[in-house]
Amino acid sequence: MADPPRLAVLWCPDWPVVAARSSTGGGRGDGIAAAVMTANHVVACSPYAREFGVRRGMRRREAQARCPDLVVMARDEAAEARCFEPTIQAVEAVVAGVEVMRPGLIAVGAAGPSRFFGGEPALVEALRDAVQATVDDVEIGVADGTFAAEQAARRGIVVPAGSSAAFLAALPVATLDAFGDSPLVDVLQRLGIRTLGGFAALPAKDVSARFGPLGAWAHRQAGGRDDRPVVVREPPLECAVAVEFEPAVDRVDVIAFSARSVAEKFIADLAARALACACVELEVTTENGEQLVRRWRQTGVLTAPDVIDRVRWQVEGWLRQQNDSSSQLPSAGIVRLRIVPVEVVPTGTHQQALWGGEGESGARARRALARVQTMLGLGAVVQPLVAGGRSPVQRTELVAWGEERSLSRQPSDPWPGRLPSPAPSVVLAPPAPIQLLDATGRPVVVSERGAVTRPPTRLRIGGETPVSVTSWAGPWPADERWWDPASAARVARMQLVDVRGRAYLVAGEMSADHTPGWFLEGIYD
Amino acid sequence: MTAPVRTPPTPERQLAHLGVVSGSALGAAWGSRPTGPQLPVVAALEPLLPQGLRRGSTISVEGSVSLLLALLSAASADGAWCVLVDLPPISAEAARDHGVDLARLPLIPATGSNWVAVVGALLDAFDIVVARSPARLTDTELRRLTARTRQRGAVLVPFLTDGTRWPLADLRMSVEPGQWSGIGDGYGRLRRRQVTVTAAGRGQAVRPRSSELWLPNPQGSVDACPAEPVAPVLTIHPRHG
Repeated sequence: MADPPRLAVLWCPDWPVVAARSSTGGGRGDGIAAAVMTANHVVACSPYAREFGVRRGMRRREAQARCPDLVVMARDEAAEARCFEPTIQAVEAVVAGVEVMRPGLIAVGAAGPSRFFGGEPALVEALRDAVQATVDDVEIGVADGTFAAEQAARRGIVVPAGSSAAFLAALPVATLDAFGDSPLVDVLQRLGIRTLGGFAALPAKDVSARFGPLGAWAHRQAGGRDDRPVVVREPPLECAVAVEFEPAVDRVDVIAFSARSVAEKFIADLAARALACACVELEVTTENGEQLVRRWRQTGVLTAPDVIDRVRWQVEGWLRQQNDSSSQLPSAGIVRLRIVPVEVVPTGTHQQALWGGEGESGARARRALARVQTMLGLGAVVQPLVAGGRSPVQRTELVAWGEERSLSRQPSDPWPGRLPSPAPSVVLAPPAPIQLLDATGRPVVVSERGAVTRPPTRLRIGGETPVSVTSWAGPWPADERWWDPASAARVARMQLVDVRGRAYLVAGEMSADHTPGWFLEGIYD
Repeated sequence: MTAPVRTPPTPERQLAHLGVVSGSALGAAWGSRPTGPQLPVVAALEPLLPQGLRRGSTISVEGSVSLLLALLSAASADGAWCVLVDLPPISAEAARDHGVDLARLPLIPATGSNWVAVVGALLDAFDIVVARSPARLTDTELRRLTARTRQRGAVLVPFLTDGTRWPLADLRMSVEPGQWSGIGDGYGRLRRRQVTVTAAGRGQAVRPRSSELWLPNPQGSVDACPAEPVAPVLTIHPRHG
């Protein structure tokens, strides 16, 4: 097994917070308790918020209970990548071979540059000087392999060559699990294994038998051995894919959409060779012939959606810079995008579920909806929710897809007077005005006390010809919100069946004196 | 008694014996019988769809939103993602009562002139795409969407309202106007509706199948409706002495 490469890692602490705050002009350490949330859980928080006990993975409610002044922001990964772009370019100006692991984390091969700068401490200083102008807080560490180097960066130290295993041995076993969702760490802790050293001391064969390939990989990480899955192979360059744009394009969504099919082909071609991609190079050519290149590395392997996300982030970063006019590149629209595999691993170590789990199909559906939203506008996709209320119109609430679902009326509350099921399958919001006539051809009237004077015999919807009513039931009066004149409603609801066998739910205002208006609320279709 | 006439074996027939078929025959077989794993349907609809909802097939539904929700319910509860495009405003409560998971049921109420592009993009990602068919759709667009459905292993459900047609459907489901029970002349309430649902199609489903269903039943979902009268007729004998 090859020795792990010597790497310098540059880590910006709490990058999601820095990126989210940068849009409002704030920073990370300016004494504001801020937290970035996704799916109601804390992803990152500012140091000031941490002083109050806010931690990653905490629910929003708990975080706000600990720190009532907490500023809560939604996570925006595209913005994180975009804000990080100047830092990447600053590092690229100093050293070659920059690999972005995720926004806020960069790895650089340390062997060559440290000889150039005259030692690893000098390299660290050179990197720190380079990014000084673009980020406030940065930690730099050097060690063997990406995992050890990332841990060194989090502590801001240079681990001497060959002693990464000893450095890792003292760290808690939870270090293996950056996102707090791995069952492995939980099992290890319950087995009484508290440190990475303890885990690394277990026989590799037994770890592999008990925890499978992922466990074996974590075991190699913990031991400070090569943390890249098993063997790094020569990437098959014929698997590189390209997409051409004619005419040149300068819109991210167009590029990302076109990149989707080639990214899927890229991953599928590699999979056909029993390979998966751990590091990818994105290469963009502009109309003026400039070429921009960036490498993205993933701990684990890149899936097709991962590749598309990185294309979207990277292209947006470049194009945004063009608008800021701080840089000359790119000076024109993009005519070509190329995706090149840089590092591939056999698929045996990491494999997607054979049929794709629920998570994958959900993610695919969400991306398709995002695409539809770019075509039709954000409000074009809605999600139905069951809300509380007496009328079926109130009981269906539509919220824009992806928005926070908060209901003004809870369906679990008692709603005396609501109609029992079955519910009408079609509801009309707002209700459509109709005419409800009795045998004499006059409008049906519901008295103040909620009784119909003469039964309905004909129904007219919109401009259609009136149809005969064969059966009817009701009226059921509902005197709603009588305490609030603005929203008070005294209505009576009736169910009608017409000669064609169609059933309707209609509502009319209760009054003794004047002709009421009738509305169609639902159709039992 | 006449001796059976022996026809000399043609080369085609010899090849067919070996399992070789012509390209056109293969194409026709593909066209009429999409393959792939299937999505489940509720028990009441099983007589109509013995194979469930086959991935890659097109199943048109005519005229009833309740039938549509009943068709989606089991697949949705099983984890499938469904999307409704240009449908009439459905009731979230009715969908929930049928057993549809609302968290996996986005609605796109108005696509305007982008109908084909939107439905095409959704077919790539969703398990079931329900779309109200616009009045005018060219043959090319129809064929392209059908091919895309088959290729991506989705299920396309064109929802037909008065006048529109979808000639390339593998299965056409329709509802005849039914009989409501529970409601009278000024009393009672709507409890359930007895309808006849018919499924007709191509290939194996050439012969239409029909089923009597309670759609909706008193709980707002769907049930098979027994063919015989529900209550047995009892003869009451007068008591003697």
